This record gives sequence, C-alpha cells and structure tokens, in this order.
Amino acid sequence: MKDSIYRSHVLICTGTGCVSSGAKTLKDSLNEELAANDLSGEIKIVETGCHGFCEKGPIMIVYPEGVFYCEVQSDDVAEIVEEHLLKGRTVERLLFKEPMTEEQIPSYQDIAFYKKQQRIALANCGKIDPEDIDEYIALGGYEAAGKVLTEMDAQEVVDTIKDSGLRGRGGGGFPTGLKWQFAKNSESDKKYLICNADEGDPGAFMDRSILEGDPHRIIEGMLVAAYAIGADEGYVYVRAEYPLAIKRLEKAIEDAEEYGLLGDDIFSSGFNFKLHIKKGAGAFVCGEETALMNSIEGKRGMPTPRPPYPAVRGLWGKPTNINNVETYANIPYIINEGVDKFTAIGTEGSSGTKVFALTGKINNTGLVEVPMGTTLKEVIFEIGGGLGQGKKFKAVQTGGPSGGCLPEDYLDLPIDYDSLLDAGTMMGSGGMVVMDEDSCMVDVARFFLNFTQSESCGKCTPCREGTKRMLEILNRITDGEGKEGDIELLLELGEHIKSTSLCGLGQSAPNPVLSTVRYFRDEYEAHIHDHNCPAGVCSDLAGAYVIDEEACIGCSKCAKVCPVDAISGEIKNPFTIDPDVCIACGACEPECPVDAISQG
Amino acid sequence: MAEMTEEKLAEFLEPLKEILSRYEKKERYLIPVLQEAQEEYGYLPEEVMKEIALGLNLSLSQVYGVVTFYSQFHQQPRGNNIIRVCMGTACHVRGGEGILNAIKDELGIEAGETTDDLEFTLESVACIGACGLAPVIMVNDDTHGRLTPEKVPEIMAKYK
Repeated sequence: MKDSIYRSHVLICTGTGCVSSGAKTLKDSLNEELAANDLSGEIKIVETGCHGFCEKGPIMIVYPEGVFYCEVQSDDVAEIVEEHLLKGRTVERLLFKEPMTEEQIPSYQDIAFYKKQQRIALANCGKIDPEDIDEYIALGGYEAAGKVLTEMDAQEVVDTIKDSGLRGRGGGGFPTGLKWQFAKNSESDKKYLICNADEGDPGAFMDRSILEGDPHRIIEGMLVAAYAIGADEGYVYVRAEYPLAIKRLEKAIEDAEEYGLLGDDIFSSGFNFKLHIKKGAGAFVCGEETALMNSIEGKRGMPTPRPPYPAVRGLWGKPTNINNVETYANIPYIINEGVDKFTAIGTEGSSGTKVFALTGKINNTGLVEVPMGTTLKEVIFEIGGGLGQGKKFKAVQTGGPSGGCLPEDYLDLPIDYDSLLDAGTMMGSGGMVVMDEDSCMVDVARFFLNFTQSESCGKCTPCREGTKRMLEILNRITDGEGKEGDIELLLELGEHIKSTSLCGLGQSAPNPVLSTVRYFRDEYEAHIHDHNCPAGVCSDLAGAYVIDEEACIGCSKCAKVCPVDAISGEIKNPFTIDPDVCIACGACEPECPVDAISQG
Repeated sequence: MAEMTEEKLAEFLEPLKEILSRYEKKERYLIPVLQEAQEEYGYLPEEVMKEIALGLNLSLSQVYGVVTFYSQFHQQPRGNNIIRVCMGTACHVRGGEGILNAIKDELGIEAGETTDDLEFTLESVACIGACGLAPVIMVNDDTHGRLTPEKVPEIMAKYK
C-alpha cells in the first residue's frame, strides 16, 4: 500500500462553501503545526468533499473519535494540535452547539442536523478524498459496475432499476428504469448517455456537492446506465460556474481511465465507454434535456418539441438517455444493496431518499438527505434547527423557480413527488427555502418569475410573452399600482402558460405565482386594495407613516426632514402626513421629540 | 474596436488560430472554442467571431447567435476582476440586494457595467450554489460568503 499507518485522520472539508470560509489556509496552518510538532508521520490530513453543513464551515472531523469541529480558523490550529492530537482532550469551544438547546455535541452522528438524515447519494461526501480513486474503491466503489458488466445482462439491469422505483431526481420525477428501457429499445449503431449537471435552480447545490465530494459515484452510475442502454459514449454537462466540480470530475475521469474503468473492454467484458465533460455557458434553459443536447451540439440551447423523445432521437439524432447527477448517484447503491433494501426506504410512489438544499431564514442551512416521506416539519425544525432569531415560520418554497410556496398548514405533509404536486408545488431539484414573517410572498413570486422570465429562451410565445405580462402585473402590484382584477388575470395567464408552453421552464414558470395566490391571497389583496405590504418588504408600499394627533406638539421638525414634502401643518397644531406622497423612508420618525410618529 | 491594419489583425488573431488548430471543423466545438477565445481575449470582439466562423466553417450569424444566447459570452471588454453577486433565492431572502447596492456604491457602476479603469466588472447572477453562506459574491474564482454591506469595502480593497 502506498500509505503508512496513521494514528489519526483529520478530515478537512474543501467544498466550495468551506473553502470560501478559509479551509485552504486552515489546512496549510495545520500542516505547518503538525510538522513543527513532529507529527506529520502520525497524523494524516484528508481533504474531503462537502459535509453539507456549509453554514458552519470550515468543518473539521478528527478520527478515530469522530469529533466534529465547526467554524475552525487557522488561529485554532495550535490548540487543536496541542490539546486534541497530543493530549487527547476535545477542544470544547469548537464543538457544534444545537441552536435550540445550546447543548454542545462532540460527535458527528449525534448532531440533530445529521441524525435524521439517511445518506445514499451523499454517502461518501465528506468521508473520502474525492481526488483519490483508491478511497472510493476501498468503500466498495466500482463493485456495482463490476457486477453489472460481468454478471448481468442489459435487460436485467434495466429491470432492477425499474423495480427499484427510482424516479428522476432532477425535477420531473419520471421513472428512471422506464427511461432506460425506451433508450435500450431504440435500435441504433450509436447511442449516447448524458449526465445533466447544469444545476441552475437558484437555491439548489446538491449536484455541485456530489460532483465535488464523490465524483466517482457519478462515473459509476453512468457506467451502469451506459451498459444497460448500450451507449459507448457519454457527456457530463456541467455549469461553468462550478470550477471545482469540473476540476475534480476531470481528475476522476483521468484516474478511472488509468484504472481501466473507462475506455475499452472494461472489466474484460468487451464493453466500451468513453466519458467527456462539456462545460455549460450560462443558460438556465439548458437544464431542459432537449435544450441541453442542442447546447452540446454547439447550438443555441433552445428546447425542441417532444416527441421525438431523446430516447428515440437525441444527441446528433441518436438515441440518448439523460439523467440528473443525483439520479446516477443512487444507481451503485441499488445494484449493490438490492431492490428490496432501496424500496424499503421512502414512500410507495417515491422510493429512496432525496437531497434537499435547505436554505433561507433557518438556523442550520446546508444539504440534507432524507427518506422520501419525511415531513416538512422534521426537515425544517429538527434537521434545520428551526428559524433564526425567534422568528415565526411563514412558508417554505420547494422546487426552485418551478415550484411553489407552502404555508404552515402543510408542515405535516410527507414529502414525495406526488404529495408536493398535489399541494401545488413540486420536488424540482430539491431546493427548499424557508421564509419567515419578514418575507413578502408577492415579492417572492415576483423574484422567481423575474428569474424565469429573464431565462426564457424566447422560442415559444406563451413563455416568452406570457411570463413578461405576468411579471408586469406583479411589478405593478408590488409598486402599489395593482388594479382590481389583477389576481384573476394572473391566474388565467398562469394556467394558459402552464398548458401551452413548449418545455418545462414555461410549463412550471407560473407555479410560484399560482401557489402564492392559492395560499397567500390575502397578501396580494392587501397590496392591491390597501396599498400595504404586510411584511414591509415592498418599499413602495411599506405603509406610510402617520402622526398621532393627540401626541403631536406641532414642532415641525418632521416636516423639515421629509424629502418629499409629505408633511404639512401649522406650528403648534398637529401636523399630518399625506399617505399618497409619503415614501415611507422613515426619516421623520427619529426626529419627533415626543414619539408621535409611527408606521401605519 | 478601432480598425486594424491587416498585419496587426493577423498578429491579433495569432493566438486564436492556435486555439482553432486544436479543434476539428465541426459545429460541436463552437462553444469550447468560444470559451477558450474569451479566456484569451477577455471578450469576443467581432474580428474574433469572424475568424471562428471561418475556422469552424459556420456562418457569422450562427456564431453571433450562440454568443448572444449564452450569458457567459461577452462582446465588450471586461474588467480584470469579475464580481458576481448572487441574486439566488437564499441570497435574496438574506439580503443579496443590499450587497449589490453596496458594491454599486463602492465602484460607482451598475450591474453589467465595467469600471473605466477596467479593474472591475460587476454582474448579478442567478445562483452560484453556495446558498449555505448566503448572501455570497464571487470575485474571480473566490467565493466570499456571509456578507454584510459593511464588509464590502474591505473585500473590494483586496482586489484593487
């Protein structure tokens, strides 16, 4: 073996999150400190992928004890080496504190954020060095590929995935096995396999973390799929915004080629598979499979009508199977552990787990992987540690720009593909953004529509024109110029866009608006009828200020500072603020010597 | 771009020709070639697009169509430092707008613009996938997270 035996391993997360919190300098300091104490031969530093707990980064775990340190900075290194690595005493001040109980938790597995999780796609993330193929193999890596290529025929593989009930993790939730079957059934001299890593949903970063933390799992998943459908060439289409993911995947492909796990005659089975990386160029619509294929071909990334489906006519007109990163990441587990074990996890219609990117106004932000059927409440309050600063939960947005917002009544909803659809939102890629009482739902809807509108490729009219019109209405409402009938118009437009757009982008673009109207209609009405933004977000509407006439002493100080001359009155008589002129800037409030001014 | 003499133009296009020599004349290589060319020139001036069209046997309109479709490609010179301010969902609810405004004030430019000294280009982007650290910005390849408007001048100073 190339390594000697070390008495301790120090794992430092070097995912994008932790690196930006200073993981690289932390590693350098630790290296120096170990050398200074003559420990370099006894203690090994391992750079790992994402642990999912980016908020608390940089993260360091010391094995064999499994002590979990968070927010570790270079200054802490001397103490860790002296206390922990030399004397065996845990450095308590760096342990994680549960936000709800303030309790300090030394071990990784006992932290509520991790305890409730079940990690399949993320199993190795944070555990192994993603740039070392041997570590992946040591944990059973490429066993599934070996088994498939040497012991199973293609139809058996397709049947296994069909039986597992695995559904596409990228958004739509189409049964993966069925997709493979279609591609397998297509007769052709050439077939392609694509991994969709064009993770464009704002608020989702699981694909990036898997590629950064466990790139070989994706290669292995693709290898199995390629064998099943009979493809000998594949592409991973990655966003150019993910430089670290691209770098690690490049290294992984190189190493796999060197080990004969990619290339010709893999496992002496006669099966060949070549894998390329294709860098995206910044277009959200390329997450749509037909658009993505156009982009690989070097064209504008616009979708084309289906049918023909990619399984029949895909890349360069050849049958093509395309799945998302997280979908491929589940494949090795299903092959290794068997269908029964996989279907035992999750719900009847949605087996297995799903990774969510838990963000927003929540204590523990990060990536979490839970069995399908876990309730929103468990994810938000147990794993996520509840909302920050004692704020009240208002809504959770799932599914990114294609999804919708769910109110408090839905907290007990078990999460799976179908339950979310019924509730008017969707799984999407797994973004989960928690909002508190300070979030305005009309503003949130406008935010998402603004995003999809600017990313609309312009090919089909409903999406190009319809989203534009909807956005205009929303802008009007948040600017305080909403009209009677605006809500009805939004609903009508939304339904038409959903049913007539060419691709998934347009078909789901109205969801954020439709779901917020469904659950938070009173907020829209407050904006339109009362010109009031209850959350105080829409600045043009933030309630005008009013003067308490009883308290006012008529000093005129407020009128002097008002930038828009909205305040008038006669000295020594109560002043008044014209609500139509007031811009709610708040300049007057602190000027008042008797606290007679407040926001209406 | 000012008119160039033929000699100057040939010299200007020299690095591009080297890039093109490594690719087959196929449409599928258009995006990688554009990416490399932009890396080389910082942006994609018309002369470069024309040469790429010739080099890959495509029409200029095809090249132009692709360049204008993808947000990654630029037809104007860019700053030495590219600042990408995340306007994704997580950053939006945690105050990304305030960060963008602070940078605008600091640099005196709007999103999508470049400072006159070509030091900084400011962009707002949809999501850079570092939501756990919201609000975040990227300066070149460095991610800076958990920002407040007060921290902006300090970060900008590092790149000046």
